[in-house]
Amino acid sequence: MKTDKLSSMGSEPNGSFAALIRKRQTWLLLAGILCFVLLPRVGGQYTSYLVLTFFGYGVALLGFNLLFGYTGLLSFGHALFFTSGAYTVSYLTAKFAIPYMEVSIVVAVVVAVVIAALIGAICVRYIKIYFALLMLAFGMLTYSFLIKFYYITGGDEGMPVLRPHLLGFDLSSMAKMDFLTGWYYYYVLTVFIIATWIMWRIVSSHFGLALRAVRDNPEKAYYLGIDVRRYRWYAFIISGAYAAVGGALVAPVIGNVDPTLTYWTHSGTLVFMTLLGGFTNFLGPLLGGLVYIFLQDGVMSLLHYWRFVFGAMLAFIVIVAPGGLAGAIELIANKYCAKKGA
Amino acid sequence: MILSANEIFKSYGDFGVLAGVSFQIHEGEFVSIIGPNGAGKTTLINVLTGLLKPNNGKVFFKDHDITGIGPAKLSRLGMARSFQLVNIFPTFTVMEFIKLGVLSRQGKGARFYAILKRDREVNEEAEEVAQIFHLEDKRDVQAKNLPQGDKKLLDVASAFALRPEVILLDEPTSGVSTSEKNKIMEILIDASKKMGIKSIIQVEHDMDLVFGFSDRIIALHSGKVLADCTPAEMEKNEAAMCAVVGEKGCFKICSSLLE
Repeated sequence: MKTDKLSSMGSEPNGSFAALIRKRQTWLLLAGILCFVLLPRVGGQYTSYLVLTFFGYGVALLGFNLLFGYTGLLSFGHALFFTSGAYTVSYLTAKFAIPYMEVSIVVAVVVAVVIAALIGAICVRYIKIYFALLMLAFGMLTYSFLIKFYYITGGDEGMPVLRPHLLGFDLSSMAKMDFLTGWYYYYVLTVFIIATWIMWRIVSSHFGLALRAVRDNPEKAYYLGIDVRRYRWYAFIISGAYAAVGGALVAPVIGNVDPTLTYWTHSGTLVFMTLLGGFTNFLGPLLGGLVYIFLQDGVMSLLHYWRFVFGAMLAFIVIVAPGGLAGAIELIANKYCAKKGA
Repeated sequence: MILSANEIFKSYGDFGVLAGVSFQIHEGEFVSIIGPNGAGKTTLINVLTGLLKPNNGKVFFKDHDITGIGPAKLSRLGMARSFQLVNIFPTFTVMEFIKLGVLSRQGKGARFYAILKRDREVNEEAEEVAQIFHLEDKRDVQAKNLPQGDKKLLDVASAFALRPEVILLDEPTSGVSTSEKNKIMEILIDASKKMGIKSIIQVEHDMDLVFGFSDRIIALHSGKVLADCTPAEMEKNEAAMCAVVGEKGCFKICSSLLE
């Protein structure tokens, strides 16, 4: 009996604190968080600004990958939820004069849940390419809606996003970059960490296992009592809410929301980031988002043809490293460990 | 009586598959459904498990009308199935696979903020099922890396983890070597005793297994029940034996019998 317990502890991470501090991953994670915390002090304003954008996208990517990596549904219109989140902040701060960021985030989630529940009810009836194209269609529908209904949405010029109050504090006297890479940076970092924690709980939960079952083999899952369509729908709604929070966090950074946010290339960016980082790993999409944002920044300043470079990279990933960066790192780490063992 | 099929008709377009199938399954029975390819066995199972809605006729399970209600609801009522072809979640470990059945039965599938690994109820029950099926040593092996026989067992084990009253086994030993077949059947019988399964219905081609384990045999041919009797009676029923073994000239006898 005793040996049984020991062997299961080695293979399955145990919940206790003692087991947690013995694991290397925990320390790596803490080191990562510490880097993010210290960055505005040591890394310079521009780098912090880029990382700030990453936090927003990171939350959206976590949601996107719950649907893609864990449920097996590739959405090609997920920027739609990102946009709904961003427009919510714009509406609340600029039109309704409700400057509180917390209110913006909550409303963004509510709006996204309603939209996702409706669109999802239609879309989850389909899978694979049909699902992807249907989502693409909904994304582009939103795009034309935002362009055409000028009086509600500001048309192609979009709408401004006023500086939000954080935890009730009015910080409008600060210079823009100081605000963004100061208080706002830590605010978004906190939301990012909480969102990542919650998503980790979701994928480690009973529901998470059921979603993976739906992805791997819907027929078998159905016979094991999992209502496949309903579970896809749940995943879709959670995913939409996450993307909306991401959009809401990014909105004050860009300062103005416009319809290009929901253009299909922006949905494509989310797909690209996820593939780049690796969708089979929980942290993969985050890694992909971070690398993408820095690469884009670097390549854009050097070359006019940055899209060409990114296209070539995408082809390279799909052919050579389908597991993305995270997959490649895992492979190398495993090889290294095997060598060390031998 | 725990399960009954009443006058089931099912056709795909103009192509009729089941032409009025009726039978009853009682508690404690081990029933085998046999028949040549194209007799409608798989369609029958799909109708019995509520996946397909028949064009006509009804299926009752413990006084519930389960015609076309779908496998997920049916699993909650107490009926589960395994599959003819290996039907697994390739990336799941053995334990995850069994846990999925367990958590589904416990109605915890939608718990999205509980850590599965800390759920003692699920883990203990999954452990029990793994031991019954002799899979406990392979707990962390990915399903796709298991040998064929174990894949089959795992498929069945996850269905048993639902603790059904009636289990439908669609060729539980197909694709498995002859020496392993009996071993798998013995584990299955042993498991159903330990887990309180009331009735087993199996579709099987291997006549040794059919005659060795069944209380009753239902022979299906061209979408109709050709014979419904004990193994001993079946051996005397030339026409049905003939249809099942499928020798030349049999078709005539069978067709004449059906008319």
